[in-house]
Amino acid sequence: MSSARPALRLTGVSKTYAAAGAAPVAALRGVHLEVRRGAFVSLVGPSGCGKSTLLGLIAGLDEPSAGSIEIAAGAAAGASGVAYMPQRDLLLPWRTVMQNATLGAEVGGGDRAQARRRARELLPAFGLDGFENALPHTLSGGMRQRAALLRTVLLGRPLLLLDEPFGALDALTRGQMQEWLLEVWARLAASVLFVTHDVEEAVWLSDRVYVMTRRPGRVKLSVDVDLPRPRERRMRAEPAFAAVEQRLLEALLAEAGEPPRGASCGTRAQEHPP
Amino acid sequence: MTGRVRAAAAGARRQLTRAGPAVLVLAAAGGVWELVTRLAGVPAWLLPAPSVIVLAFVEALPQLGRHTASTMLETGIGYGAALTAAFVIAALIDQSSLARRALAPLLVTSQTIPIFALAPLLAIWFGFGMLPKIIIVALVCFFPIAVSLAGGLRNADPDMQALVRSMGAGRRQVFFKVKLPSAAPSLLSGMKIAASYSVIGAVIGEWVGASQGLGLYMLRASNSFQTARVFAVIAVIAALSVGMFLAVDVLGRRVAPWAYVRTEEVGP
Repeated sequence: MSSARPALRLTGVSKTYAAAGAAPVAALRGVHLEVRRGAFVSLVGPSGCGKSTLLGLIAGLDEPSAGSIEIAAGAAAGASGVAYMPQRDLLLPWRTVMQNATLGAEVGGGDRAQARRRARELLPAFGLDGFENALPHTLSGGMRQRAALLRTVLLGRPLLLLDEPFGALDALTRGQMQEWLLEVWARLAASVLFVTHDVEEAVWLSDRVYVMTRRPGRVKLSVDVDLPRPRERRMRAEPAFAAVEQRLLEALLAEAGEPPRGASCGTRAQEHPP
Repeated sequence: MTGRVRAAAAGARRQLTRAGPAVLVLAAAGGVWELVTRLAGVPAWLLPAPSVIVLAFVEALPQLGRHTASTMLETGIGYGAALTAAFVIAALIDQSSLARRALAPLLVTSQTIPIFALAPLLAIWFGFGMLPKIIIVALVCFFPIAVSLAGGLRNADPDMQALVRSMGAGRRQVFFKVKLPSAAPSLLSGMKIAASYSVIGAVIGEWVGASQGLGLYMLRASNSFQTARVFAVIAVIAALSVGMFLAVDVLGRRVAPWAYVRTEEVGP
């Protein structure tokens, strides 16, 4: 199964933007990256390293200047194999939770009735039971994010691209959402490429973490996280966890190149439960 | 059912309370006006007292109906035509940069034409029927609607459009599923501005030549020094304008309720 084609393989992907009257800007240079089928892979990097550009390329919103992007085909004929969830929830404010969730089937010409049925099945797992007719502005931040993820999942594509889905949530909600996401992921058996700023989050959720360099972005380091699944909260206190996190943080901070190194590491260490 | 009736009654009460201060000011101004004209003995052809105007209104009521209906019809058709034209032009401007460069300057120019100069010409070209009035209403209403719709379409969230494109949507779907609903709040404010000007457009058209309508009726009253009747017609025109405005508002709340919700953005 895992020896089959990966869900996603990037080979030497570069992206250069032509700027009017100025030198072209290289956003990505030679990115190599792979997501095995069913794996949870995270991508961390300093701000502006081109993570969102990279996701845009994988989602097919833009073309790479060089390199290749191979995506395992989706189940539905003609559909791309990727479901993209951008940083902001981007729920359409004039649509109810249900209408937002089934937008993909509507746009892609899929079976709407089936999408609605599947959405109704998944509503409880997404903590949205009883909110199918609610408009987005009446929901909390966590609920909006879950509704957006439901919309992403309902596209029924084997690879989910999640761009900092929990970036705007408070710490408590964020922790709950992380655990919840792991449950959903285990249930869906999908492959995930997860972009985040938060190294601890990346380690806890992932099978593998890629660190990207500053612009022009390329992969600087990839670390496999060999913690057993299902992940449990206490694992965050284990030395293996801390070691991986430390390695990633150092690589990331070297990229950021800014002084808050000591302070940042200190706060991180204190966050672990005893 | 009774619950809904009760809720409606409560809503009406709330509206009244909100309108209270404005009604008070209006009543006070009317009272002062009444007193001054009576105490100073101002002749009615110069400035009639409010009570005289009310009497004139009641007296004119049988004829007012026909003229009001005619003006309303011109306003309605002209407004609808403006809305349709504005929709087509704004969509073209949105979809094609060539169309934008070709049409945007004309849009502004359409607004610089003095309606008072144009109205007599339209009467010469199209006669004294409804058509020239409808054209004037449409001209007056077109600009605010087209500009607000084009602006709303342009400001639609690019990320939302990208998301829907990533799901496999084409231009058409992006337009109808994201851009148009996004433009609703902006479009509605343009439609309200247009609605409040629309009746005046019809009246101006009737002024330069008509067989019926409030503009014609007012002109006749004015020419025969029936000043109280002029004021009565002005009141009807004002009421119609407010009515148009409210109709758009009510319709907007029904068709695009999200445009009336302040959404707080979650996220950066």
